[in-house]
Amino acid sequence: MLHFYIFAPFFAALLIGLFAKKGSRIHTGWFVLPVPAVLFILFCSKLPVLAEGKIVQSVANWIPSLDIQLSFYLDGLSMLFSLLITGIGSLVVLYSIYYLSKKEQLVHFYVYLLLFMGSMLGVVLSDNVFVLYTFWEFTSISSFLLIGFWFYRERSTYGAQKSMLVTVFGGLAMLGALILLSITAETNSIREIIANRTDIIESDLFIPILILLLIGAFTKSAQFPFHSWLPDAMEAPTPVSAYLHSATMVKAGIYLVARFSLIFSGTDIFFIIVTGAGLITLCIGSFLASRQTDLKGILAYSTISQLGMIMSMLGFGTGVATLAAIFHIFNHATFKGSLFMIAGIVDHETGTRDIRRLGGLYTFMPISATLAFFGAFSMAGIPLPIFNGFLSKEMFFDASLKLEQTSGFAATFAQWVPFLAVAGSIFTFVYSMYLVFGTFTGKAKLDQLEKKPHEAPIGMLISPIVLIGLVVLIGLLPNLINEPILAPAVASVRGDLALIHLKFWHGLNTPLYMSLIVVILGILLSLTLKKWQPVYNRVPGKFSTDRVYQGLVNGLLTFSKILTKSYMTGSLRLYTSIILVFLVISTSAFIYMTDGFKISFDNLAPVTWPEVLIGSVMAVAAIATIWMNQRIAAIIVIGVVGYGLSLLFVFFRAPDLALTQLIVETITVALFLLCFAHLPKLKKSDKKSFEKLLDFVIAASTGALLTIVAISSHSSQYFDSIAKYFVDNSYKLGGGDNIVNVILVDFRGLDTLFEIAVLGLAALGIFAMIKYRDKGDMNH
Amino acid sequence: MEILMSILAGTLFAAGVYLILQKQLLKIVLGTALLSHGAHLFILTMGKLNRGKPPILIEGVKNYTDPLPQALILTSIVISFGVTSFLLVLAYRTYQSNKTDMMDQLRGTDDE
Repeated sequence: MLHFYIFAPFFAALLIGLFAKKGSRIHTGWFVLPVPAVLFILFCSKLPVLAEGKIVQSVANWIPSLDIQLSFYLDGLSMLFSLLITGIGSLVVLYSIYYLSKKEQLVHFYVYLLLFMGSMLGVVLSDNVFVLYTFWEFTSISSFLLIGFWFYRERSTYGAQKSMLVTVFGGLAMLGALILLSITAETNSIREIIANRTDIIESDLFIPILILLLIGAFTKSAQFPFHSWLPDAMEAPTPVSAYLHSATMVKAGIYLVARFSLIFSGTDIFFIIVTGAGLITLCIGSFLASRQTDLKGILAYSTISQLGMIMSMLGFGTGVATLAAIFHIFNHATFKGSLFMIAGIVDHETGTRDIRRLGGLYTFMPISATLAFFGAFSMAGIPLPIFNGFLSKEMFFDASLKLEQTSGFAATFAQWVPFLAVAGSIFTFVYSMYLVFGTFTGKAKLDQLEKKPHEAPIGMLISPIVLIGLVVLIGLLPNLINEPILAPAVASVRGDLALIHLKFWHGLNTPLYMSLIVVILGILLSLTLKKWQPVYNRVPGKFSTDRVYQGLVNGLLTFSKILTKSYMTGSLRLYTSIILVFLVISTSAFIYMTDGFKISFDNLAPVTWPEVLIGSVMAVAAIATIWMNQRIAAIIVIGVVGYGLSLLFVFFRAPDLALTQLIVETITVALFLLCFAHLPKLKKSDKKSFEKLLDFVIAASTGALLTIVAISSHSSQYFDSIAKYFVDNSYKLGGGDNIVNVILVDFRGLDTLFEIAVLGLAALGIFAMIKYRDKGDMNH
Repeated sequence: MEILMSILAGTLFAAGVYLILQKQLLKIVLGTALLSHGAHLFILTMGKLNRGKPPILIEGVKNYTDPLPQALILTSIVISFGVTSFLLVLAYRTYQSNKTDMMDQLRGTDDE
C-alpha cells in the first residue's frame, strides 16, 4: 500500500482545484489538511511492524525493460522521515490556514505544497535509484515553485532561481553517482546496491561515486560551500520555510548520506569529507547567524549550522554518533519548525521581521514568547534536561570525543573534532539568545511597527504549541521515541539492530563540562555582541559564498557573451573560414592518424597530351579568376573552365556528360551575362595583405586536401565496381543501348525524378523572386 | 592520368574556395560554379578514366567505361545548374533591394 501513501498527495493536488472555489467561505487549507493527517496516522500504524525488525514494501512495474520499478520500502530511516513529512506537514497546513489570507492564490499554494509532500515521501521511500532521483528533482521543482510563490517580488524570483540552480546542479551530480552505483553493483535497487558494498568499495569508481553523491547531498542540505541558497529561499511564505527549509527538504541530503552510509562508512575519505564539511558548515552557519537582522535569516543560518552538525555526526560513523544524528534530525525538526512558525507569527502581528525594529514583545504576545524561549533554549542546548536539543547535543559531544581513527590524517583530524564542535556550539548559543532576547525582551519600539502587536489567534498557535510540547516531552522522556522510532532508524543506517539506551542524565563527565564551557562563553559573547559585531565587516566580508555564486553566474554570462560575440560576428566569410579550417584539420588529422595516405602508380590510365593541355588551360583559367576584375573577362574565364571540362568529358568517353555540360555551360554563361548587366562592376579586393594570405592558405590547403583524398582513395580500391551489372543488363532488363541513360531513367529513375523536382523548384523560386517584388510591406 | 586529374580537381577547388572567401557576392557565385566543376571532375576521376569504350552498347565490345559515375555526374550537373541560376537571381535581387553586393554591408539587421 506504499504506492497509495506516496501518490495520495499527487491525487489530492489534482483534485484540490475542484474543491476550492474562488470566494468560497471555507479556507482551501481545510480540504488539504486531511491528506497529511490521515497519512500520518497510517504511517504510525506501521510502527509495530518495524519494531519487530521487519520492513514494509511494495513493487509496481514502471519501465521493466530498463529495470526501473516503482519499488518502495519502509524501514526505520524511511519511517522517521515519513513521520516528519506527514506530521509536520499536517501542522504546517494547519498553520498556513491561519497564516495565508483568502486573497492569496491558495490553490496554487496547496498544489505546490502537496506536490512537494508527495515527492518528498517518494524520495524517502524509494528503493529504485532512478525513482529516487525522479522524486528528488520533483522536490527541487516544487520547492522552486514555493519559494517563488510571490512571483511579483524580485527577491522571491531571485531566491527561487538560485535555489533551483544550486539544487539541480547537485541533483544532476547525484544522478551521475546513482548511475555509476547501478553500473558497479549491477542493480538499480538500493538495498541490493548496499548488499554489494564490497564491489563498490573495491571498484575504481568508488571516489567518483562518493564525491558526486556528496555533491548531491551537500547542495540539497545546504552544506558548505553550497549553503548560500538557503538564506535567499527565506523569501518563501513562512509555512514553506518552516516545512521545506527546516524540517523536510533540507534533510533530504542528510537522508541520502544516511541511506548510503552503510556503503561508505568506515572509509577515511568519507569521514574526512563528511565530517569536515559538516563541521565547517556548523561553525560558519552559527557564526554568520548573529550577523543577520531578519528573523528568518537568523533561522536560515541556524538551519545550515544544525544540518552541518547532523552531517558531521553521520561522518563519524560510530553507533552513538548515528543515534545522536537521528535523534537530532527529529529534535531539530521540532524546535526549528516551531521557531519558524513563531517568526511568522511575529511578522504577521507586527508587520516586520527586522530584529532591529523588534523588542519587548513579551508583554504583548506572552504565549508566542514562551514558546520561542523553549525552542531557542532547546536549539542552544541549555543544559537542562527538559530540552531535547540538550540531549542530542550532549550525545554529539560524547560522540566527538570517542572518535577512533587510526590512519594518519584522519587521526589528526579526529583530535580536532571536539574543539570545532564546541566552537560551533558557542555561536549556536549566541545566535539563539540573540534571536529570542532581541525579539521579546528589552524596550518595545512601537513607533517603528506597522501594527500594534497583539497575541496571535489560537489556530496559529496550535502547531508551535504541539511542536514545543514535543520538545519538552522528548526532553523529559527521551526513551519514549527511542525504541519505536529511533532504534529502527539507527538499525537501517548501521545495518544491525542494537538498542542504545538514551541517558536522561549523563552524570558529571566531559560532555557536560563541554556544555558548561559553551554556556559560559556563550553568555559572555552574547552580552558583548554589540562590541564584536563589526567583525562581520571583515569576515567574511568579500569572501562570502554569496559573492562567489554571484561572481560565477555573472562570469558565466559575460564569458558566454564574449565567446559568442567573438565568432558569431555575422560575417559569412568568417563562418566559411571556420568550417573549412575545421574540415581541413579534422580530415588531415584523421588521415594522419590512420596512416590513410596512399599513392600507387599501378593501374593508372596512360597520360595523353590533349588532356594534359586542356587540363593545364583549365587550371590556369581557374587560378586566373582570382585576379579578374572585369566582368566580361570573368565570364570568359569561367567559360573556359566549363567548356574545358566538357572537352575532358569527350576525351574520357562520356558523350552524354559532354553534351549536357556544353548546354548547361552555355546557358550559365548567358545567365551570368544577363545578371552582370544589372550588377555593379567587379571590384578589386580591398583586403589587407594578411587577410589575403589567410584566404590563400585556406584555399590552398582545402585544394591540397581534396587532391590527397582523391589520390589516396584512387590508390586503395577494395572491391570492383558494380558497373558490370549495368553493362550486362542494360539491354536485357532496360531495353536500351545507352547505358547511362538506362541508369538515369530505369535503374536509378528516382534520382532523376527528384532532380526534375529540383529544377522545377529552382524555376518557381526564380519566378517568385522576380515577380513578387517588395511592395512597400517589406522592411528594409 | 588519374593523379593529374586529381591535382586539377584540387586546383579548381582551391580557386573556388578562394572566391567564396571574397567580399563581393558575385565572386562567391563564381566560386560555387568552380566548386561544382571540381566536384564533377573528382567523381569522374574516381570512376577510373579511359577503361574502354564509351558506355553505349555495341555488338562485340566487352569493355566499357564505368557508366555509373557518369549518371551521377549528369544528375549533379543539372542540380548545380539549378542552384547556380537560383543564386544568380538571388544576387540580382539582393543588389536591387539593398543597393550593394558587398557581403560586409549585408550583415543582418540592427535590431537583432
